[in-house]
Amino acid sequence: MNLVALGLGAAAGAGVASALMGLLVPRPARAAAVGLGSAVTGAAGVLAGIAAMTGQTWSMAAPELLPIAGVFLEVDALGGLFLAVAGAVAAVAAIYGIGYSRHHADGRAPQAVLPLFVLTLLIVPIAASVGTFLVCWELMALTSLLLVLTEHRRRAQVGEAGRWYAIMTHLGFMAILIGLLVFTAQAADDTFPALRAAAATLSPAVAGLVFLMILVGFGSKAGVLPLHAWLPRAHPEAPSHVSALMSAAMVNAGVYGIVRVGFDLLGGGARWWWLVVLLLGALSAVYGILQAAMSTDVKRLLGYSTTENMGLVLVGVGASGLFASAGNTVLAALAMAAALLHVCNHAAFKTLLFLAAGSVLHATGSRDLDALGGLRRGMPATTAAFGLGALAASALPPGTAFVSEWLLLQSLIQGLPNAGIATSIVLPVAVAAVALTAGLAVATFVKAFGVGFLARPRSDAAANAAESPATMLAGMGLAGVACVALALVPGLALPLIGRVAGGIAGTQTAPATGALTIELAEVTGTLSPFLLTVALLAAAVLVVVALRVAAARPRRQEARLWDCGAGPMSARMEYTATSFAEPLQRVFDNVVQPVQDVDVTHYQESRYLVQAVEYRRQIPDRIERRFYEPVLLAVARWGRAGRRLATGSVHRYLGYGFYTLCALLIALVVMR
Amino acid sequence: MVLSLWRKIRRTGRVAEPAPPPPDAAAGPAVAELAGSVQIRHVDAGSCNGCEVEIGSAFGPVYDAERYGARLVAAPRHADALLVTGPVTRNMAVALRRTYEATPEPKVVVAVGDCARDCGVFAGSYGVAGAVRDVVPVDVEISGCPPRPEAIVAALRSLTGR
Amino acid sequence: MTPLGLVGGVVQPLLILAGSPLLLGVMRQIRARLEGRRGAGIGQPWRDLRKLMRKQRITPRGTTEVFRVAPVLLVATTLVVAVVAPFVTITSAVGPVADLFAVVALLALGTVAVALAGLDTGTAFGGMGASRETTILALVEPTLLVAIFALSVRVGSTNLPAIVSATLEDPGQVLSSASLLAAVALMIVIVAETGRLPVDNPATHLELTMVHEAMVLEYAGPDLALIELGSAMRLSVYLGLLANLFFPIGIATELSVLGILGGVVAFAVKVTVLGAALATTEVFLAKLRLFRVPELLAGSFLLALLAAGASYFLG
Repeated sequence: MNLVALGLGAAAGAGVASALMGLLVPRPARAAAVGLGSAVTGAAGVLAGIAAMTGQTWSMAAPELLPIAGVFLEVDALGGLFLAVAGAVAAVAAIYGIGYSRHHADGRAPQAVLPLFVLTLLIVPIAASVGTFLVCWELMALTSLLLVLTEHRRRAQVGEAGRWYAIMTHLGFMAILIGLLVFTAQAADDTFPALRAAAATLSPAVAGLVFLMILVGFGSKAGVLPLHAWLPRAHPEAPSHVSALMSAAMVNAGVYGIVRVGFDLLGGGARWWWLVVLLLGALSAVYGILQAAMSTDVKRLLGYSTTENMGLVLVGVGASGLFASAGNTVLAALAMAAALLHVCNHAAFKTLLFLAAGSVLHATGSRDLDALGGLRRGMPATTAAFGLGALAASALPPGTAFVSEWLLLQSLIQGLPNAGIATSIVLPVAVAAVALTAGLAVATFVKAFGVGFLARPRSDAAANAAESPATMLAGMGLAGVACVALALVPGLALPLIGRVAGGIAGTQTAPATGALTIELAEVTGTLSPFLLTVALLAAAVLVVVALRVAAARPRRQEARLWDCGAGPMSARMEYTATSFAEPLQRVFDNVVQPVQDVDVTHYQESRYLVQAVEYRRQIPDRIERRFYEPVLLAVARWGRAGRRLATGSVHRYLGYGFYTLCALLIALVVMR
Repeated sequence: MVLSLWRKIRRTGRVAEPAPPPPDAAAGPAVAELAGSVQIRHVDAGSCNGCEVEIGSAFGPVYDAERYGARLVAAPRHADALLVTGPVTRNMAVALRRTYEATPEPKVVVAVGDCARDCGVFAGSYGVAGAVRDVVPVDVEISGCPPRPEAIVAALRSLTGR
Repeated sequence: MTPLGLVGGVVQPLLILAGSPLLLGVMRQIRARLEGRRGAGIGQPWRDLRKLMRKQRITPRGTTEVFRVAPVLLVATTLVVAVVAPFVTITSAVGPVADLFAVVALLALGTVAVALAGLDTGTAFGGMGASRETTILALVEPTLLVAIFALSVRVGSTNLPAIVSATLEDPGQVLSSASLLAAVALMIVIVAETGRLPVDNPATHLELTMVHEAMVLEYAGPDLALIELGSAMRLSVYLGLLANLFFPIGIATELSVLGILGGVVAFAVKVTVLGAALATTEVFLAKLRLFRVPELLAGSFLLALLAAGASYFLG
């Protein structure tokens, strides 16, 4: 029995059914029906994906289904991995969405679009022809855009975020379109097998052009520099379960595209391709986490962290390509396995973090870390969830990201023996970027968790926050379980991922084996997150017992906070997220270039007496200012020039028509 | 610069005076529990800073109170003893009481100087709430205006028992 | 899991547990002597810990589990490192954890726990200390990782026993440019990470100049004892790592009473010498302004990066 076909059939059926339910079921039950349906869709996707990763395949060709292009689907191991990740995120986010959308987004349109978005996420990695792929890609962009715009009536920023997203995603689409069409022009037809066959006949220049175009397109989807600008805008403004879907599942499609086209369809390609990918990844990782470290909006912070993590993934992909082009397939498989494992891990912890942030937003109505704090009392489960996610994201043991970053560093260390000059320069830089990212990630998530959830509440909303409904907690719980499982037993995912990576790099050797202890192939490197955690717990228990035995007064006594003997401390005396990040911001002053503004007003009687001081600080996205503003200004100038033509005078417009007609007639006369 | 400092260290040698004989009487039941380690939080409750100068020299190289296991710390939570100087002014009365409450058991209070014992020359002043013992229970008192460093060191040794 | 490793796994944590307060005592004694004082004796840190264990445990109002768990986690992470790293014996009790990245990340986890506890109190000083400590950590962590990377490239592994035995077999390669650069970088970050001068002054009483102390102002009694013990152990562990990565002479390579004893003595001597050197250097240093510290750390990062580059080009 083919589980892939079964899973995909179930996913398609459940997806379409839930979309219909979103349209037809009345409001009280709508969210629950759609949420459950979408969860089934996602779960079926996971089933199909895992079946595909274990070696089952399935394909479908229906040339008559879509006009001109037809529909071609094929599930292989690589597609299965991304299918499974997207399905898992979708299942969790959909369950969470039942409770979340009751207050924010249970209108007909968002509820009907959500399952369709999930479906497109599942179909993109299994599309097997350029036509099918592009149609699905565009549908994915459109459905996610509609979901981003869910709350546009309530908040003006949503509209702006939507515009950014729409424009960027379509520019990216155009790049992919151009790249793939140039590629297809050289092949017999637009199916992937035909492209694979044609890859060998491509000239290096054409292949390079194709790769650069798809890198631009897929890179913008993955939120990679410098095309990341939409990501920290659109992800925060979407409803939180949609943010999770976008940030944990949709960005992966960008990575998938690069791997699929670069490795599979183009067959590896030149070394400089992967150097570009690696450097872009390193830059994105550092820049993304730096912006996240400065950010005080928790969802924006998470969005920038997505850029960071996708950067890390691309470092792995780039290193893998480098090693493959040098002929070292085992090492290439190791780097690719690290990248793909990081895709899985990132999906798990980013889902958890966005869902927890959504829970906070749901309870307090605020995403501003400076106005949160003290959520532990009112929202213990959400606090635990965010804490777990923050541990995972900060690359500390026993968290998920630690395992994949360890694997990534291992593959970079092993890169020495076959290093050319370019590689020997790039690899240390890559290591430095990964290291810098790890350090800043710790600071970022200490800030997000410590300031946002611990300490005392900084606003009434935070003080009165209450725990979210059960379905939201269930969603967070599932994501949390995934985080813990991936962190402690990498053997759950790593052998399968190793197979996928081996398949991409073209080697039979599994790059990493072992259930509880990761053992690397051809390299002395072992790590057991499980043993590490057990050792840590044992040591903690030992310390607690020793403390009990040795302490003369084991009972704890409550006492007021030490306020230096003065009156009670107010929440305004606490450190905020802004003040917490201030030293780091000073350190990276030259990079982030904050804009500060101090206004001092004096009393009229004497300029020595200060009446009020107003202080503003903004940390604009520097790349945005450098790259985007000139372009936007030029476009605006064009627009203004055009306005001079259109004055609103009907005579003038009639005149335009008259002159155009005359010019056409004259042209015809001359040409004939 | 490093070299000149090194020469100075060599030339100066040890300046700590030889330790006088250890105290024979412990200053209360807490001393047994502290057993040779007393962390001290100094509270200026309204002193003229004469006593502070002497406390400073008690912990300086010459008297070296640290060799007996006494150490100044930054917070009452870390402290075993409060070293209170000056008459307790109205502004500091609450703060002193809170500092005392913030100090974990077992704890002792040392009143340093005549002002801390009985308000000294400030007795009866409108700004003074009273002597230290009127605000928090006092275990050891050191007289003198200001007390000599030897006296402060001797009192601290009665706490550390060394 | 060899018998030698098991013995090491028992001896090492005991040695570090018992010895690290004494190391602190030695360092304070050296400082006292150089200041012309007599000093409280090398047993004073232990007396302080004994006293703290007898004091009242206090939970400040409004703090959460994070505040209570942090001291335990600080000691536990250091204990795990003390068990797995090759300090006395060359094989590790828990091989799959004895990875240099894992060890560094574990130590960072302890720092993070205390920083979160500092934020958890909700006091101005707690937040201030946490912010500063995290900033320093964010700059120290990259240097550590890159320096480790530079050391690992020549061995081809980040496994600690593998690195140490490679150095033991060929002590000459310690003198390579990559190793020396990495050593200097590591020294700077160890000073920063353990809160010594010129980055942080462990003896300061002034809250505004504090880094580490500001975070732990709310701790009292046994919790404070754990924090102080944990900090002392971290110092020993870092110095021990530094000693054995570059100078592993004397480490026990086979299971015999004499070998283990030799390993214990060699480790104690190496760490004491390093600690004494650190304490002596500190007398000549003043604390850096907080915002000058990143420059120092950026310098060490550059050194580590040079080391990594050198290990690729010259390695």
